Order: sequence, then C-alpha cells, then structure tokens
Amino acid sequence: MEKSYIVKQISIFSENRPGRLAAIAGALRDAGINIFAFSIAEANGFGVVRALVDRPEDAYRRLTDLGFRVSFTDVIGVKMRDEPGGLSDIASVLGNAGINIEYAYAYSGKDGAVLILRVDQIEDAVRQLLGHGGNLLKASLSQ
Amino acid sequence: MASWNPRMETMPLDELRRLQFKLAKSLVYRLYSFNDFYRRRMKEQQVHPDDIRTLEDIAKLPFMYKRDLRDGYPDKIFSAERDELVRYHVSSGTTGKPTVVGYTERDIENWSESLARGFSSCGLGRGDVMQVSYGYGLFTGGLGAHYGAERVGATVLPTSVGNTERQVELMQDLHVTAIACTPSYLLHMGEVAEKMGVSIKNDTDLRLGFFGAEPWSEQMRARIEDWLGIRAYDIYGTSELSGPMFTECAEQQGIHIWGDLALVEIVDPATGEVLEPGEQGELTITMLQKEALPMVRYRIGDLTTIEEGTCACGRTHPRIGRIRGRVDDMLIVRGINVFPSQVEHTLLEIREVGRHFQIVVDRKGALDSMLVRVEVSEEAFSDKITDLMVIKKKVEHRLRGSLNVGVDVELVEPGTLPRFEGKSKKVVDRRSL
Repeated sequence: MEKSYIVKQISIFSENRPGRLAAIAGALRDAGINIFAFSIAEANGFGVVRALVDRPEDAYRRLTDLGFRVSFTDVIGVKMRDEPGGLSDIASVLGNAGINIEYAYAYSGKDGAVLILRVDQIEDAVRQLLGHGGNLLKASLSQ
Repeated sequence: MASWNPRMETMPLDELRRLQFKLAKSLVYRLYSFNDFYRRRMKEQQVHPDDIRTLEDIAKLPFMYKRDLRDGYPDKIFSAERDELVRYHVSSGTTGKPTVVGYTERDIENWSESLARGFSSCGLGRGDVMQVSYGYGLFTGGLGAHYGAERVGATVLPTSVGNTERQVELMQDLHVTAIACTPSYLLHMGEVAEKMGVSIKNDTDLRLGFFGAEPWSEQMRARIEDWLGIRAYDIYGTSELSGPMFTECAEQQGIHIWGDLALVEIVDPATGEVLEPGEQGELTITMLQKEALPMVRYRIGDLTTIEEGTCACGRTHPRIGRIRGRVDDMLIVRGINVFPSQVEHTLLEIREVGRHFQIVVDRKGALDSMLVRVEVSEEAFSDKITDLMVIKKKVEHRLRGSLNVGVDVELVEPGTLPRFEGKSKKVVDRRSL
C-alpha cells in the first residue's frame, strides 16, 4: 500500500561549472523525457541535480550511457494547499511523528503545489501523511 | 671567509682523489664481506672488490635505487647492528610504504661536519642565531640543520614549521641572524611579517639563510635577497645521504660536495653511462663513510651538472649546479616529496572513489597547494550532499596521512579524468619558480 506512493527520483552528480545542467537537460530532451520537478543542491565544486521525470528508467539509462553518475532515490510527493499554512500542515505531521526531512523541494503549478520530500523513514511518512488526510503523488505517475 | 676544516676543504685534487679511492675500496670490501644485499648485488653484476683498482672502477659497481630501500623495509639493508644506531628518520616512499634511514653516532658526526663546513663557508659561526624553520621530527631537515648550526657554535632557535607570526616575533626578539627553511616558507614568512608591519630587511637582524628541500631558481634568489635584505644560499640533500648535507659557499657558484664524504657521478639516466663534467644527467652519489646505511652509486633522480676545478673561494671539492628536474614523476610540495604512485596506491584502498585521478599543484601566495581530483564510485554515489562531503573529507584525510602533506580533494564527474595519457595529464603543475 505505502509502496505505491514511493516515487523514484533520479539524482545526477554534476560538477559545478558552466554547461553541466544544459548537458543533463539536453540529454533528457533528446530522449523525449519530461521533467516534473527538479532541484540542484550544491557544495564546494560539485552538486547533485535531483529530478522527477515521467520515465525514470529511461532517464537513468540515457544519462548513464553518456557517462553521468546517476542513482535512484525514493521520495514522496505531497500535494499542498497553495495558501498560507500549506507547508506548515505537512511539516507538522512529520515533525510530530519524529520523522526527519533530509531534504525537500517544491513546485507550484496549475494543479496546485507539490512538496517533494526525502525522509529518513519513508513508509512511516506515507502512513502518517495519508492518516492525516494528505494527498500523495502516485508512484505510477513517474513510471 | 672562515673555514671549518681548511686542510680538508682545500686538499689538492689529486690527494683528494687518492683519499676517495682509499675510502671507496675499504667501503666495498666491508660491504662485500658483511652486507648480504650488496654482496648479492655485486655478484649479480659479476664484480668483486678486487676489480676496483682505480677510482674510475667505481663505475663497475651496481647502482642503487629508492626501491632498494623500500624493498629492504625497514632495516634489511642496514650495515650496523641495531644497538649501534643512535637515530632513525623516515621519509614517505613511492607507493605508500615509507623508507627508513638509520644513523650511527659517526654518521651523525659526519652529517654535522658536512654542514658545519658549508655553514661556515657562508660566514655562519659563533655569535649567530640560527632559526631552524624546517620541520622537526621524522623529516631530516629540522634536526639536520640544527646539529650543523650548533656544531659551528651558532645559537639555534628550533622553531620548526608553522605558527608563522610567532616565528617573526621571535626572529626580532632573539636577534636571529640566520634561517634555514624551504624557500617558499621563507617567502610566506616575509608576507606574514609585512602584514604584521615588520620588514625583515629593516626591522630584523637576519642576514643570511639556507634554503632547500624543494627546487628554486636564480630569479627567486634575486627576489629573496633584494626583498628581505639577506644572502640566500642553496642547500642540498636527501634522507638517503643523511638529510640536508651540502651547501653553496659565499661565492654562490654551485654546491660543494665534500669529496671525503661523498663521491659524485653524473650519469645518463637512460644508459647509466658516466657523463663528463658540465654535461647534464642524473646525480649519483656514493657515500664514502656512512656506516648504518651505506649508499653506493645511489641514483637520486635529480638532474644536474657537476663542475670540477677549484672554486673562487679556494675550496677544491667538486660542485653541483642547480637541480634542473627529475628523472621520474616525483613532485615536491611544501618541501615534501610526493609521488603520483602514492596517490594511486592510497585511492585503491578507498572504495568510495575510482582509481583515476589528477593532481593539480599550484602556488597560492607563497605556499604550495595540492588538489587531487577523483571520481565518486557508482556504489558510493549518494544524492545527499552531506554523504558526498564525508567522502571528500575521508579521501583528504587518507591522502594527508600517506603523503605527509595537506591535500584538497575535488569530486568530479566520471570519465573526465585522464585515463591513459600518462604523466603529462595526471599531474598539472601550475607553479612557476
């Protein structure tokens, strides 16, 4: 049950220099892969590009073939109310349940706002959010 | 200029060569009789001590290399009993295994004697205060310069490396007149002093220094002498010879190699053939009086020339020119020898990174910096930045441990590092001396 809400994110190692994001995005465009959401985390000299795409397996294969270091990461996507307090509701549920958010990013589009989360106890998080009436993205969206 | 041992330092060349022959002959007999390693080597080369009939016959003897010390780790090729040793020094090896050098009391005595001659030929003596800013410890630089300076009657201030502001204060307060350190550390100290509002030229008593353990140039000498208002002398040695051992004299016309202690040959690095004076080749040294760890025709790997003929100072012993380069891919970073093979060896033991690498050496301000670029392995790649930072720190820590020099690590994308291009791409040296 919880598994069907665990979404496969692709994470790509990237050096922090001009043109790297263009190379990654170009490879996905050429393969006709759509990106729903993405974020970049940067450190000194390198970064990790994290993306939710419509065909993660294809994206993984395509980028790996091009020499990129790629991995899958399990994340969850939670629909938020696109108004004050939307983020607070979700963060409170997880906080009260003792679940730690390792990182998060969000987008706000025509179908509302979505929060992408990597947490330390993912199945617990799914249970807690569903139990509090949360609306989660289905893993099948990105298969 | 004062002379420490005038009779020896100005010995006529033919007399010096007779002395060298006598010393070489007895060394070879001693090693053949008592040292299994040398006897086996000589037998392989089909040479017997009786074949050494003239000084030139030394060329019949087999060469020694750094790998002989590594293979003999820690003390298999020593020629002294353990209870005769008074000291060890240890230097990092080429592949992660260090090399150990041992000293008898007489070895320390000869080392100090050699430096005493060099130091006094540049005017160091009683009444001087010498700040020794080479590292003390397993590295030979600190203790070597220390003993040499004490021998000539100078007062030694053993500051070692680091804590540079304090070094500048002590230099002023204790009226330091001389210094021994790497040329790049001296430049760093000069910059730190200026930031403190101290001009080494005008606000200290410093008047001369001995600089070595890394290559430097005549341009750098001119800059040091002009900026800091001192005379700057080159000092040469390696741990296999004992440590820093030979210096220039006040004429600054090459480094005097005391012939009663060391026999110098310059050989063709490819063929091993002995070259004529003035021709550039690989410095090869036989230590004529060393007891604990004798070195016979030791191929140091440094490229230089030799000059015979009496120096303007009156000393008769041969001189070597500036070190022009290396026969191998050894780098010298902040005075420490670094072989790319050590980096490779260390990376092989860390499963989080691949085995390919690139070393970038640069000089930021006066001090060298070393960057090692590595790829994160597929298994270790995490999309959490903190995990990747842990890998970076781990590699930095391990490299620092095996190289004895601080290293920055940069994680790069797979496939971006040189694979088969060899040395030229594996090492990028952006320093200009």
